[in-house]
Amino acid sequence: MQLGRIRGSIVATRKIERLTGVRLVIVEPLDSDRRPIGPLFAAIDVVAAGLGDIVFWVGSREAAMAIEAPFPAVDASVVGIVDRIDLLAGASSAGGG
Amino acid sequence: MTIGRVVGSLVSTVKHSAYRATKLLLVQPVDLEGKDAGATMVCVDTVGAGAGELVLVCKEGAAARQVLKMETCPVRSLVIGIIDRVEFAGGALLPPK
Repeated sequence: MQLGRIRGSIVATRKIERLTGVRLVIVEPLDSDRRPIGPLFAAIDVVAAGLGDIVFWVGSREAAMAIEAPFPAVDASVVGIVDRIDLLAGASSAGGG
Repeated sequence: MTIGRVVGSLVSTVKHSAYRATKLLLVQPVDLEGKDAGATMVCVDTVGAGAGELVLVCKEGAAARQVLKMETCPVRSLVIGIIDRVEFAGGALLPPK
C-alpha cells in the first residue's frame, strides 16, 4: 500500500456492470513527506474520500478485493483516509541508515 | 521480500474493515548501504515493529491473506519481521541507532 492524495473524481456512465455505484477517483501517489512521486492514476474509492484528502491505497489484484465478490476489473483502490502521519524525527530525509 | 526502515506510523479512522485493529507503519525501502531505495510503503504491522527499526516487508497479497487469516482482503504489504543484522560480502547492515 502507499500514500496518496485525492485530486479529482471520475464520472463514467458506461462501464463494466460490477462498477455500478462504485466511486471512481483520481489519485496522486505521495511519499512520507506528502510529496508527489509519480503520475496520477484512477482508482475506486470505498471510503468516500474527499477532494484533497490524504489516503492510503492498494494496487494489483488486492485492489479488487476492496469490494465484495464477484471482484471487478480494477487495479487500484483507495482503502483508508489518513487522519495523521507521525514521522520519526529526521527519518524521512534521504540518506544512510 | 524487501528490507526497509520504519519512518513513521499512520492514524486512520475511516478505512476498509480489513484494516480494523491493525497498526499501520510507513516503511522506507533501503539498499544494503541503508540508503533510501524507492517509494515509502504503507504496511500492516504483524510483529510489533517501531519507528527507526529495520524490518522485513512482504508485498504479496496471498501471503497477507494467509497471515491475517482472511479469505479476501485488500491488503498487500505486511511487516513480517524485525531485522537485527544483515550480513553480506561487502559488510553488514545494522539498524540505525
